[in-house]
Amino acid sequence: MFEPATLAELQDAVRGAPRVLCVGAGTKPRLSAVEGVRISTRQLCGIVEYDPAEFTFTALAGTPLAEIVAVLAEQGQHLPFDPVLVEAGSTLGGAVASGLSGPGRFRFGGVRDFLLGVQCVDGLGRLLRLGGKVVKNAAGFDVPKFVVGSLGRFAAIGAVTFKVFPRPAATRTLSLPARPGLLERLAAGRWNIDAIDIPPGGQRVLVRLVGPEEALEPLAADLLRALSAGDDAAEVAPEFWNDLREFRWALPTGVLVKSAITPGQVGDFTAGHVSCGGNVAYTSVATAAEIPAHLVGLTLTGNAPLWVGGRPRYAVEAAVKQAFDPDHRFPSLDD
Amino acid sequence: MQPAALNRFASVLPASRVLVRPAELAAYESDGLSAYATRPLAVVVPETCAEVVEVVRACRDLQLPFVARGSGTSLSGGSMPVADGIVIALNRLNRIECIDPVERIAVVQPGVVNAQVTAAAAAHGLYYAPDPSSQSVCTIGGNVAFNSGGAHCLKTGMTSNHVLGIRAVLATGEVVEWGGRSRERTGPDWCGLFTGSEGLFGVALEIVLQLLPVPEMFHTVLAGYSSLEAAGDAVSAVIAAGLLPGALEIMDRLALEAATAAVHADYPPGSEAVLIVELEGPREVVEVERRKLEEILRASGPLEMRPARDMGERAAIWKGRKSAFSAVGRLSADFLVQDGVVPRRRLGEALRQIGTMASAAGLRVANVFHAGDGNLHPLILFDGRQPDGLARAEALAGDILRMCVQMGGSITGEHGVGMEKRDYLPDMFSADEIDCMQRIRAAFDPLGIANPGKMFPGGEAPALSHHGLHPLEKAGTIERM
Repeated sequence: MFEPATLAELQDAVRGAPRVLCVGAGTKPRLSAVEGVRISTRQLCGIVEYDPAEFTFTALAGTPLAEIVAVLAEQGQHLPFDPVLVEAGSTLGGAVASGLSGPGRFRFGGVRDFLLGVQCVDGLGRLLRLGGKVVKNAAGFDVPKFVVGSLGRFAAIGAVTFKVFPRPAATRTLSLPARPGLLERLAAGRWNIDAIDIPPGGQRVLVRLVGPEEALEPLAADLLRALSAGDDAAEVAPEFWNDLREFRWALPTGVLVKSAITPGQVGDFTAGHVSCGGNVAYTSVATAAEIPAHLVGLTLTGNAPLWVGGRPRYAVEAAVKQAFDPDHRFPSLDD
Repeated sequence: MQPAALNRFASVLPASRVLVRPAELAAYESDGLSAYATRPLAVVVPETCAEVVEVVRACRDLQLPFVARGSGTSLSGGSMPVADGIVIALNRLNRIECIDPVERIAVVQPGVVNAQVTAAAAAHGLYYAPDPSSQSVCTIGGNVAFNSGGAHCLKTGMTSNHVLGIRAVLATGEVVEWGGRSRERTGPDWCGLFTGSEGLFGVALEIVLQLLPVPEMFHTVLAGYSSLEAAGDAVSAVIAAGLLPGALEIMDRLALEAATAAVHADYPPGSEAVLIVELEGPREVVEVERRKLEEILRASGPLEMRPARDMGERAAIWKGRKSAFSAVGRLSADFLVQDGVVPRRRLGEALRQIGTMASAAGLRVANVFHAGDGNLHPLILFDGRQPDGLARAEALAGDILRMCVQMGGSITGEHGVGMEKRDYLPDMFSADEIDCMQRIRAAFDPLGIANPGKMFPGGEAPALSHHGLHPLEKAGTIERM
């Protein structure tokens, strides 16, 4: 195993073996369950640059998300996509490579929407700085977006630059009884909702309102009135979100699969956690044999195929893989 | 036209939709960067996605360069024809296939005009967020190709942040479908890579866009300042206070003069700069934030603050802002608009340097910019009748771009590299990085037939011609932002 501490050492590591893959804290173990020499990003750690006034920071890939969240919070800022598995030790590079976003993805978008730039090592061992370091940039191909969700199969992520937002002054979480049509009424409503999730079981809908403290009381009251939520609605502690972000509900040794869904498909997924207003679903089953037949998605943990239900395949994918990694130093998306 | 190519296209499209006569081609010679013009071999006008696929495959078989084109409003020369190639005019693929109020998405063909998406979504209380100034004519296909921006990018992002799915025909002839109707995806973000690829990968055939609920309330304030620095400091103060306005825009004195002359905009007397701040959201939130904003702006020492009291006053503020570019056309028939980005805290320094460089070059520069995201739009005024007029303006533009890169910014925030800034790409990226991008380009387009000569340095030199306003700007149809 390699443990580079600098970007130059990361280059050496990529060149150091015929088959390599970067791993962070291993919180989504299925994504790196492939043959090859591990490049641990444990030492490739730290915030390189953070300028709160610019709404941007740059950090090395192995930086724990917990550190990022804490440093941003000190300045009254946050990553609005609500990173997941923060307490589990997940790294910034892992969040990018896996493309996982939390409930906050609903309002302003996911990892892909806040990643501005990336420094990565391609399969030729070249250190490349792609994208930009300012909040707006349209120069060159948007490789940073492509790296999101690419599972380290095209290049080794060394450092990333993110856009951040001011943290809302206050938040309020309501738990409403689930009923048909509720998701779309919430999503299309005037309340500027920050997150809408359905915790496992499908009985309740969690709604997060954000804004200045004095605005939230009347906003929440109006929402409950407009939706005739009645006595069964309750305000709940923000820890509920944390349990969802950490997948505490999932079977600890089971198979966890992420699926991109549409609000119309929510009914098929309420056994697990439905996030992002009905656009993301997580399914947890004990073994691969129990994976429902309809499921299409990406396995994060457990012994199951990486791509449940297959994935689209186009000739251009192999060509792009060849462009980044002609010697196949990194595993393929199918390994 | 080469007979072989002509025959091939005749088998795909009726003769009436293969334009080859010079009079028919003239309208396609230039785009929004009207300093450049090139006559294509032919313009083809497909009416269905299947026809676009056939045209692209014909180009592949003939190794014929093609440029996909919507309304031709690119400010970077991105939709300029290639001299020996064809133009694929996509304006007739203008169907909004679906607006789904439950999933809050629109499915559109590439020739759909940006503003039409919002118009179609309005009945459901939804809108399409990216709002380039040319939104009344520019098309979604072009917006996707160039990852267009607008005045609300800091908060809502660029085109790329709103594209959920793309069906496209690549330059290899392969038809691909990435993403879809979900706001999330698994695997590499192919849609993200395709968006902003400047037409170098292929042609989008169908695009899924996310729609957002129309904010319930807007609060727009115009404040005049006695210096650009003071306006810039006010922006910093707004940001430092933790507010996230939907828009933060600054216009300098020359831009104000132009807007006043063109659309009778009215600004606080003596203003050297005007700041426009717009809050948006539910009324309960905006009511609290507007008080905070007022405090911050009052403390920033404005000459005068003018909050819009109703939607009419808000529209008037935006009319002055969005007309600024075409208004500058009244001050000078010829101008270049730049699109560099600098870190926000260096805005004041950047503007001072631009002023110094402009004086040294003996040129006037009007500044209109998205202050919230550091995206400058210096308008370099010049006289195209002077033999070295354009050359001097372009030299100054180059100096400004290099300054942006040196400050840690970018050569383009939202207009793209296109034809105009391709020689500056090496100022921003190393040889390895450009090589990586060229390898990616070759993966999508091994023959190099999709919009060749754009983005990368060293392409064939285009023919220069007349200057001045884009024909659509002269007609008052579009404005530049």
